[in-house]
Amino acid sequence: MAEYGKRERDKPWIMRTYSGHSTAAASNELYRTNLAKGQTGLSVAFDLPTQTGYDADDPLARGEVGKVGVPVSHIGDMRALFDGLPLDQMNTSMTINATAVWLLSLYVAAAEDQGVDPSVLRGTTQNDIIKEYLSRGTHIFPPAASMRLITDLISYTVNDVPKWNPINICSYHLQEAGATPTQELAYALVTAIGVLDAVKATGRVPESEFGNVVGRMSFFVNAGIRFVEELCKMRAFVELWDRVTQERYGVTDPKQRRFRYGVQVNSLGLTEQQPENNMIRIVLEMLAVTLSKDARARAIQLPAWNEALGLPRPWDQQWSLRAQQILAYESDLLEYPDLFKGSEVVEAQTQHLVDSAWAEVQEVLKRGGAVEAVESGYIKQKLVESNAARLRAIENGDQIVVGVNKYVESAPSPLTENLDDAILTVDPEVDANQRAALGRWKEERDNAAVEQALAELQRVANTDENMMAASIAAAHAGVTTGEWANTLRQVWGEYRAPTGVAGATVKASGSGASADVIDRLRARLSELETRMGRRAKLLVGKPGLDGHSNGAEQIAIKARDVGFDVVYEGIRVSPEQIVASALEEGVHLIGLSILSGSHLALVPEVAERLRASGLGDVPLVVGGIIPDADAERLRHEGIAAVYTPKDFELDNIMSDLIDLVDRQHAAE
Amino acid sequence: MPPSDLADDPQAVMSADKAAVSRALNLVEDRRPEAHTRVTELLAKLKDAPKAAGGHRVGLTGPPGVGKSTLTSVLARAVRQRGRTLGVVAVDPSSIRSGGSLLGDRARMSFDPADAGLFVRSLATAGEVGGLAYAANSAMRVLAAAFDMVVVETTGVGQSEIDIVHVADTVVLVIQPGSGDVLQFLKAGIMEIPDILVVNKADHEELAKRAVADLRGALQTAHAAGASSGQDASWETPIIATSATKGSGIDELIDALDGHRQHLEATLAARRRQGEVQWTLDLFSRKHGEHGVSTLGGLARLKARAERDLDGGQTPLSLCEHLSREYVAALGKTP
Repeated sequence: MAEYGKRERDKPWIMRTYSGHSTAAASNELYRTNLAKGQTGLSVAFDLPTQTGYDADDPLARGEVGKVGVPVSHIGDMRALFDGLPLDQMNTSMTINATAVWLLSLYVAAAEDQGVDPSVLRGTTQNDIIKEYLSRGTHIFPPAASMRLITDLISYTVNDVPKWNPINICSYHLQEAGATPTQELAYALVTAIGVLDAVKATGRVPESEFGNVVGRMSFFVNAGIRFVEELCKMRAFVELWDRVTQERYGVTDPKQRRFRYGVQVNSLGLTEQQPENNMIRIVLEMLAVTLSKDARARAIQLPAWNEALGLPRPWDQQWSLRAQQILAYESDLLEYPDLFKGSEVVEAQTQHLVDSAWAEVQEVLKRGGAVEAVESGYIKQKLVESNAARLRAIENGDQIVVGVNKYVESAPSPLTENLDDAILTVDPEVDANQRAALGRWKEERDNAAVEQALAELQRVANTDENMMAASIAAAHAGVTTGEWANTLRQVWGEYRAPTGVAGATVKASGSGASADVIDRLRARLSELETRMGRRAKLLVGKPGLDGHSNGAEQIAIKARDVGFDVVYEGIRVSPEQIVASALEEGVHLIGLSILSGSHLALVPEVAERLRASGLGDVPLVVGGIIPDADAERLRHEGIAAVYTPKDFELDNIMSDLIDLVDRQHAAE
Repeated sequence: MPPSDLADDPQAVMSADKAAVSRALNLVEDRRPEAHTRVTELLAKLKDAPKAAGGHRVGLTGPPGVGKSTLTSVLARAVRQRGRTLGVVAVDPSSIRSGGSLLGDRARMSFDPADAGLFVRSLATAGEVGGLAYAANSAMRVLAAAFDMVVVETTGVGQSEIDIVHVADTVVLVIQPGSGDVLQFLKAGIMEIPDILVVNKADHEELAKRAVADLRGALQTAHAAGASSGQDASWETPIIATSATKGSGIDELIDALDGHRQHLEATLAARRRQGEVQWTLDLFSRKHGEHGVSTLGGLARLKARAERDLDGGQTPLSLCEHLSREYVAALGKTP
């Protein structure tokens, strides 16, 4: 029998690190270092103002500039970001959605400035705005306008930048929002169907070339710790996509039907407790997306072991890159054909996922498709319910998380000895510097050309012409990110998406000890109501531009289930709005959720405004990825409690919240 | 000083001071017996506020998921643009199991926090049967003293829409294309005909046209069977197609609201009085049941009594308290 090991090694996947912070220049330096370390592609993280279409000088951008990614306000920033990096040789993935048309325009314009023909550019724009309504929360416009931007970008690149992946349908964030493997498969597929149907409906792509569009669709997938199930999920994806492309779109070329996907393994499951264990999780999760040759990722980016603590440093990212390199170059994985073909277990589990996901796909299509199921809140509610079940299982101990709800004892870890040095801190001057640089940019450019470009942009937005040409012209003219987005806001309006929390039902909390705890909390709130005359009312606010709302949603649902009246405002509210809501709603307690790292800018501002409105007595708590030193500082400034990912026992948080209201009532 | 003391500042409420309005709302939600007298007094003082007499109280109701929150948000902006001030009460159901609630209306609304002329309050039904919270009724009265227009937004079809008739000058029913059950309810007369019908989510012109036509048919059937809007035969219910996401139809809706308010000018006092009578009777019978009603001489007699006493300056709350005392006294006399 022939020895399998004699085959030629497969080409490894593209290795990237999701990175970018502070400024274009600082990020450029980081990219050069990463490439020198053997990274084979770039993955640009943009800051939240850039993702949501605000300039650094916008009041909503306060505290967010350069935090979770690099600020790119205009073509000057884009040039600086890729200074010395020849764009015809890069493979660049951009995590950008609502403003994807704009950032691609800046990229194309910067390439033209480098003398590079756009047709040779390679890379990916995430451009999946549908999932933003469900999970990530960086959408700007109503669904119809968003779908138009998605399809404009696709029909542009299919013709003009043929090697570009115009969209990365993201099941990644669906899993972060709570999706089970079945839901992740189903909702990613209905999104892809929604997008392809919309492209078809534009009539801009001739029937004969539609296969090219299908062939450029790519996916961005998550891989969690249940790695056998995840491995089967990837195989199920391959099978289902083949079915959809063949049956629904009649694509005959098998190459165009291939399920092409990139991966970032699960960040949500990384723990703040014993964070070194995360490296083991990351490696296991990577196996799920690499072991099957027939369903192998084409690009992988790994999170860093300390992401639950704060922003990773270059060394942390390097460690993750080394893990990929060891698997791809040191191990023999790439020497073999598919390892699981014919495996009874893997095939049966894959089939199970195919069947259950297909049923849910049909359910959503019956409801009118992805956009309709987003607008009605159907998908969001399903995700919120799944997430609540997941968190409850961890809280009950039904789902073991090592170091969190089991095996929690630990010798002192040398890696986190000095916790404040174990993460990256962004220079607080970044914000002011970017604002100043923006001011200079606006002074030095040809403002008449800018006005003209914006007028053209507005004209096109009111027609059904493709937005790309006008956007590329605007990029060359020196238009800023905020100006581009504001022009379109005026034409299309903004959209506040369903939160999915109001209708979410959570299964009874089981029996025994956990049910007793809930009953006790409910009894305490009823008793408190009798004494206060009103039921305790909690405002859950998400200040800033961060749209990761899962934490806030789960707190809101849990608080309702123990008996609070909960006012949930949704994402992206300003400190002014939070204080106005607190005043009008007459709340007893305010909880803020911030994951972008801008807590030191936003929380004290909310506190200050509360005092100025005569609400200084209302207890204020905050939850998020908040380093210990920052938590200490916030408590010192009068914040009643600070919660971080290690506080996974929601019942305990609820008990604290009731204490706070009770104590405040007693003081009055 | 307990902050609630400031709640009894009717002047500040009437000048739409947000802190005062909020405290007044906290007070009317307060169910402790010791708060009761203060609520009664406060509402009596607010009863004749200049805004209250001239203002417009709108009840907005409809099945879940038809986009009422977004519609309210768009309506609020348009009302403000016309230079009028607005108070909103958004009512959501409480969980029967936990007593808690998730008040999600604000999440769908975008508003300017610096706008002194817009005030939004979310209220839980507090487990009360009948949709409209006990407090919503009083909350409407507080806001009516402070703002030009008050919108009470409530979810459901059936009971809540009956309740809303008691507090609103104008009842708006919001549905979406394809709400077949509402059509059936209207035709069968299970549901009272609203003063204004809105077909929201009318983004697709064809679907919207069909929905409007279906509704017109249903109204004709209902009229043929003798039904009329709010027992007001002289008002023909307009049907308006809106798209809250596109902002279309909103001006027509405001015009229709204004049209109905004008139509009511002569009968407004009587309509509001009728609502108060009904509310008084509801409050009393919820508290003391049929036995209470029959002990005080039956429904017709109580109604006549309420009409007379409310004319004499009582408010529904104070009158109900009065009646309760009489009932308790009467109970003492029976063996």
